[in-house]
Amino acid sequence: MAGLARRQLLAAAGGVWLLRPAQATPESLAAALRDFSGGAPLREGRVQLDIAPLVDNGNTVPVSVAVPGAPAEQVLALALFTERNPQSEVVRLQFGPRAGERLLSTRMRLATSQQLVAVARLADGSCWMQRVNVVVTLSACLE
Amino acid sequence: MARSLITLPERVSRGESFRVRTLLQHPMESGFRAGADGRVLPRDIVRRFRCLYNGELVIEAELSPAIAANPFIEFSVRAVDSGSLLFEWTGDQGFALREQRPLIVA
Repeated sequence: MAGLARRQLLAAAGGVWLLRPAQATPESLAAALRDFSGGAPLREGRVQLDIAPLVDNGNTVPVSVAVPGAPAEQVLALALFTERNPQSEVVRLQFGPRAGERLLSTRMRLATSQQLVAVARLADGSCWMQRVNVVVTLSACLE
Repeated sequence: MARSLITLPERVSRGESFRVRTLLQHPMESGFRAGADGRVLPRDIVRRFRCLYNGELVIEAELSPAIAANPFIEFSVRAVDSGSLLFEWTGDQGFALREQRPLIVA
């Protein structure tokens, strides 16, 4: 009898847990970074992530990622990740033979104050990143 | 029909890198938001954006719900030959749009 009650309680707790809104976690961010880098170690530097440190409205936040230092042909891909949006991934970009400077500007949503990570993958297999913390006053509407 | 706005220079010199800006009219419904009836609105986003220059790839981007409504993408292209740039967006619920712009390389 006690066993059954315990089982019911656990089932109910599981149900409550499922009702929480989806959110990326530092673990899912780490998993997304690993997936992009293919297991290569991430080193700080080379990538430049530009975003306002204080964001008034999380619905459209201008953000740009660039790799100014490295020779253009060396940079194969760029990606941007978040820590606390519902999903870790923001954008992944592959450069083709006709791409010029390695840069990307876009507008993104920010669910809350959090850390953003930009990563570049180079032809020699190395991965470089920059982390930036942003404070968001008004969150992107998720509920 | 979705509308798009593409800004690029008319003429560029050979070997030069130039910026291209694209803006697409699209709600980018994230799939995490509830509608007026309290039910979660199904996801409707643009998943992929591609730019080809005379058939050769410039960039290919994989977008996520974290991209704001009316997705804006700015990137850089290296001028090689006169021809055209092709822009392709594809997304949920069968969304597909192709646009083409001429380019003169002097």
